[in-house]
Amino acid sequence: MTIRTLLGGAALSLALGTSAYAQTEIQFWHAFTGRLGELVAEQVETFNGSQSDYTVVATHKGNYSETLNAGIAAFRAGEQPDILMVFEVGTATMMAAKGAIKPVYEVMADAGADFDADAFIGAVKGYYTTTEGEMLSMPFNSSTPVLWVNRDALSEAGIDPDTDLSTWQNVGDVLDQLKDAGNECPLTTAWQSWIHLENLSAYHNVPFATQDNGFAGFDTELALNGPVQVKHIETMGEWAKDGKFIYAGRRNEGGANFRAGECALFTESSAGYAGIKSEASFEFDVRPLPYWEGVEGAPQNTIIGGASLWVMEGQSDEEYKGVAEFLNFLSSPEIQAKWHQDTGYLPITAAAGELTREQGFYEENPGTDVAVKQMTTNEPTANSKGLRLGSFDQIRGIIDEELEAVWSGDKSAQAALDSAKERGDQLLRRFEAAN
Amino acid sequence: MEKRVTFKGWLLPMLLLLPQVFITAAFFFYPAGQAIYQSLFIPDPFGLSMQYVGLGNFEYLAKDPYYRASFVTTAVFSGLVTVVSMGMALYLAVLADRLIKGSGTYRTLLIWPYAVAPAVAGVLWLFMFNTRVGVISWYLGLLGYDWNHVLNETEAMGLVVVASSWGRVSYNFLFFLAGLQAIPRSVIEAAAIDGARFWTRFRTIVFPLLSPTTFFLLVVNIVYAFFETFGVIHTITSGGPQQATTILVYKVYKDGFVGQDLGSSAAQSVVLLLVVGLLTVIQFKYIERRVHY
Repeated sequence: MTIRTLLGGAALSLALGTSAYAQTEIQFWHAFTGRLGELVAEQVETFNGSQSDYTVVATHKGNYSETLNAGIAAFRAGEQPDILMVFEVGTATMMAAKGAIKPVYEVMADAGADFDADAFIGAVKGYYTTTEGEMLSMPFNSSTPVLWVNRDALSEAGIDPDTDLSTWQNVGDVLDQLKDAGNECPLTTAWQSWIHLENLSAYHNVPFATQDNGFAGFDTELALNGPVQVKHIETMGEWAKDGKFIYAGRRNEGGANFRAGECALFTESSAGYAGIKSEASFEFDVRPLPYWEGVEGAPQNTIIGGASLWVMEGQSDEEYKGVAEFLNFLSSPEIQAKWHQDTGYLPITAAAGELTREQGFYEENPGTDVAVKQMTTNEPTANSKGLRLGSFDQIRGIIDEELEAVWSGDKSAQAALDSAKERGDQLLRRFEAAN
Repeated sequence: MEKRVTFKGWLLPMLLLLPQVFITAAFFFYPAGQAIYQSLFIPDPFGLSMQYVGLGNFEYLAKDPYYRASFVTTAVFSGLVTVVSMGMALYLAVLADRLIKGSGTYRTLLIWPYAVAPAVAGVLWLFMFNTRVGVISWYLGLLGYDWNHVLNETEAMGLVVVASSWGRVSYNFLFFLAGLQAIPRSVIEAAAIDGARFWTRFRTIVFPLLSPTTFFLLVVNIVYAFFETFGVIHTITSGGPQQATTILVYKVYKDGFVGQDLGSSAAQSVVLLLVVGLLTVIQFKYIERRVHY
């Protein structure tokens, strides 16, 4: 390197870095790609432009599981970010990691920031707070499952597209008609465990696991083999056998089939909105998730999926101040309302929902408030507050395997769910031993 | 005549060995030691606390019917991958060996797939057999066959075997072809003059003379099927449907990096290490005796 380039480089970094030296850098690791990734980048840019004390650096670290692993590996190496995005099933893992995380309520209190946990809607808040009501992580993207309807497919089969699909009984009748009319994919789903067991349980006010779904302690056991769940899975299994329910895969593979117009009904997250809206060349509709008529307490409320932001231990006070400011910025009504409207994720604060309504979004896009209503109409019970189970990502894998055995006709619903409980409980015991 | 190079003194040979010793220590002994150590604990994911359980992790594995099933899956999978990829390669090598014109082109084309990384190969095959948009599954549909590897365990296993073997055929082909070309023509011609037909010549002369190559490939391919097929499995089936394609190494990943159960994952690595070590010993002790060098 010559003196000239050295001097040139120094001058350049001085010119660029005058503000950077004074700014505290905040590392934020997230799991979003594509459109969602762009929207997060936009939020970060807006924040960085809105003040001059902190610079948030957002980094994509892979899918949800990979991001969590990256965070864990980084913590072990002492290089953890300030903020780590963790999906909802990782919640128990993070909560148990007492020395690795700094609870959000503490971050806010230390920074003297203005923060009110009650600003968040109940079902969202409940998932990420302790039983004492202390918020441990900051809700970020939350969604809930709904029923997506291809109206054109219903019309083609000679069914009134406005027909009542609020109960599974009615859905069953419609599936029969679709099948008779020659439809090859009457119903498909994404995230089968999340929608057809976890949410099914909450929606019908029956436990998914003991100890208030794990909220009351690590000594929890799965309870997903109760009569409501067995009946539902059994019915789905019959539908699968008759070609009325088409299984596409463990994640959201079914989305491609629905967006291509092949499937008439699709149970998927409300956050499927962005993709369906941009790709579907047919008329679609959002309906509340169906429930079984005759089950006492149904419909209760559905629970959330998605991710929250965890603050990692071991950073400077200065950084925590910035983190507090950034998190408050993210949950501000304007940012949340825009996020909700762009993505179909829920407005996580009541204020953001109100703002969206004022802006006339729900009137212009009918059905976009279905998810919000479904979550907020009833006050959550111990069965519908959420789930807090260790090793939950792996338990979901077990549930996927057992459900596949039902769809392929290898096992009865009862046998599969009994086996899922037994295998899941073993993992819960190991998790209890580790923590 | 054998050529021997001898060094004067110890220093230089030690120095020359050092890089290899260092690499083996850093990338094998150290991690293997760590795995053995960790297999005795149930740690929490963040490394904040460790609970000593002795051989508890191994006991847990021994009692887990799904772990035992994974052994069978691995045996079936590795056996099929080895047989399919070596059989195909040998067949192609014999054909290519007899070619006089254009053999260079054939060889180049046959070697290409080896350059494709397993994960990419997995995605390629997945596209062809995708239950919705796959070309092959579409043609199968026309023939009245409903391809669905998402739910059908046999089809899923077949697909990962084919996808794993595909790139491997190239590698095996190279070695087989080189082996075939090293067989003296005079021996084969002599047999031909004695009236031995192609098949007899292959069975009694070519195949036995090829045995060192076959043996080497057998060891290498089994190790490949055990470890390097991870990318194919991960992209095509993620171990499903149910646990039909969860081979041992995939379970190590799933339990360790999805389940954050590092104790069990470490114990499984140790078991895997022993299994592969044992297999190699068996191969060298019993199969190698039949090899003519």
